[in-house]
Amino acid sequence: MNPRILDVGNTAFTVEFGNLISPALLAEVNALDAAIARERGNPAFAGIIETVPTFRSLTIIYDPLATSRETLESALQGLLDETEHAPLRAGRHWRLPVCYGGESGPDLDHVAAASGLDTREVVALHAETEYSVYMLGFLPGFPFMGDLPPALHLPRRTEPRVRVPAGSVAIATGLTAIYPWESPGGWHLLGRCPVPLFDARCPAPALLAAGDRVCFEAVDSATCSTIAADCAAGRIDPHRWCIAEATQP
Amino acid sequence: MNLFEIKSAGALSSIQDAGRRGYRRFGVPSAGALSTPLMRIANRLVGNDEHAPVIECFGGGLHLVVREGSIRVALTGDATAQFSREGTKTPLAPWRSTTLVAGDELRLQGSGRDRAVTLAVAGLDCPRQMGSAATYARAGLGGQHGRPLAAGDSLRAAEPPGTPEQVLRKPPAIDRGASIRLVAGPQADFFDESALARLSASEYRISSEADRMGMRLEGPPLAHRDAASREIISDATVPGSIQVPGNGLPIVLLADGQTAGGYPKIATVISVDLPLLALRRPGDPVRFSLVSVAEAESLARSEEARIRALLAAIVPLAEDGIDLEALYAGNLIGGMIDALSPEYRTLT
Repeated sequence: MNPRILDVGNTAFTVEFGNLISPALLAEVNALDAAIARERGNPAFAGIIETVPTFRSLTIIYDPLATSRETLESALQGLLDETEHAPLRAGRHWRLPVCYGGESGPDLDHVAAASGLDTREVVALHAETEYSVYMLGFLPGFPFMGDLPPALHLPRRTEPRVRVPAGSVAIATGLTAIYPWESPGGWHLLGRCPVPLFDARCPAPALLAAGDRVCFEAVDSATCSTIAADCAAGRIDPHRWCIAEATQP
Repeated sequence: MNLFEIKSAGALSSIQDAGRRGYRRFGVPSAGALSTPLMRIANRLVGNDEHAPVIECFGGGLHLVVREGSIRVALTGDATAQFSREGTKTPLAPWRSTTLVAGDELRLQGSGRDRAVTLAVAGLDCPRQMGSAATYARAGLGGQHGRPLAAGDSLRAAEPPGTPEQVLRKPPAIDRGASIRLVAGPQADFFDESALARLSASEYRISSEADRMGMRLEGPPLAHRDAASREIISDATVPGSIQVPGNGLPIVLLADGQTAGGYPKIATVISVDLPLLALRRPGDPVRFSLVSVAEAESLARSEEARIRALLAAIVPLAEDGIDLEALYAGNLIGGMIDALSPEYRTLT
């Protein structure tokens, strides 16, 4: 199927591969993103400022003084063919510590009641599922991860919180995420992850990347605080929770 | 050493520049000046690179004092400011550069008809993070220790350039009632057929919920096609994206806006008009009109030519002190500049 091209003003446009959250669409998004990155020296692609991959589309941001939508769209046509049936990039595997429930996860009881499970079952189900990182966005380093087991699918809170603490591990619809920064938010809070997900000093400042796989390990609140303090003081490199490097497909 | 201290930061004063590029994929907004034309002109007036960091001030209230050495400053926008030296207070006009010496104080009294004005300082020394000095406070990036300016902050600047103070004799005429031009999409098809027509035929008003992230508009609600069209699978946003949540009231994202969102976006403000919209104040009316992508690209090129002509029109202040041309230009625009006022003389 041909992707749709959507207008985003005079400085961007979006190549949309479909209208659902699926690893196959993500693979196409990432393949087009990688293909454009490869063409950086090609004058036909000059004027691209950056690209933004999301669940099922890639947004190309350009300088209208250096190129035009028409030029870029025709340059892209050649790349679109090779993105079809692209394999999903095999990312790194992570096991991140989470302190579930209590002050760290004020919605755990509600989620258990709403899903007809007890809190231990919710924790086990959430921690043991292996998630894919679909995209980063909303906040710096914020990973949208899926897919949540169907038993834990819940709509967003009807009253979004004004203040979700940094580190909150949250779920909504079929997704789970970690808030790297304090922010307003409408997701259900299950726990807290003490590992910082964003470091401005790194060339790739987000700890996680699209295509990475993530599962969780329940830890008690004392361990959680110790890890947070060690990370803040630079005694622990957050990459220690990476349990397997990326494999080439 | 040239050092100045912030005595008061006013409502919100932050260091901004042309913004970050290349980090939206990590969820990091571009940030940067709400009005790049004001930033570029202010920088050129003090002899900086056009895209150097400046101080963006919301409303009045910024108060600074030169502690050591001297600094050269320039205000752009509808600014009213005062400068005091040894107890004598004189107005500090925008659109010109002025050299302040140790002990001098600068007070920004107001931003007039605009939400924000720009203050450039020659050789303002601020660290860059991820390629930019722009303040993005949520993630502690750029600016003064990752935050907006606060009373007590000390900032360093380069030695003022040896060249004379500069002036832009004919400041840009800003049409504050101009309709803001939009390109429809990316999700115009998520709305009722009448929604785009309603958006471009109605008057909206900027609500009090307006900051650097975005502005909520009040006016006729825009109907989604159906209940299922009130949300999308989150995709990328840009500064200028017009999101419409379930209540039908548009939200325009600005420089600090989030990089992705789950509300359908009915249209995007074109690059030329975004600074004009971003500078409007809560309560101000807004009208929109639709253009094509090709028209908007062509408008971007003519706007760039206009800004370059403004930059090229910056000239040294007359050596004899009184700059008649500036006075005439000021009178044409403001209609009430006193011909004998000292704003357009060099300070000696």
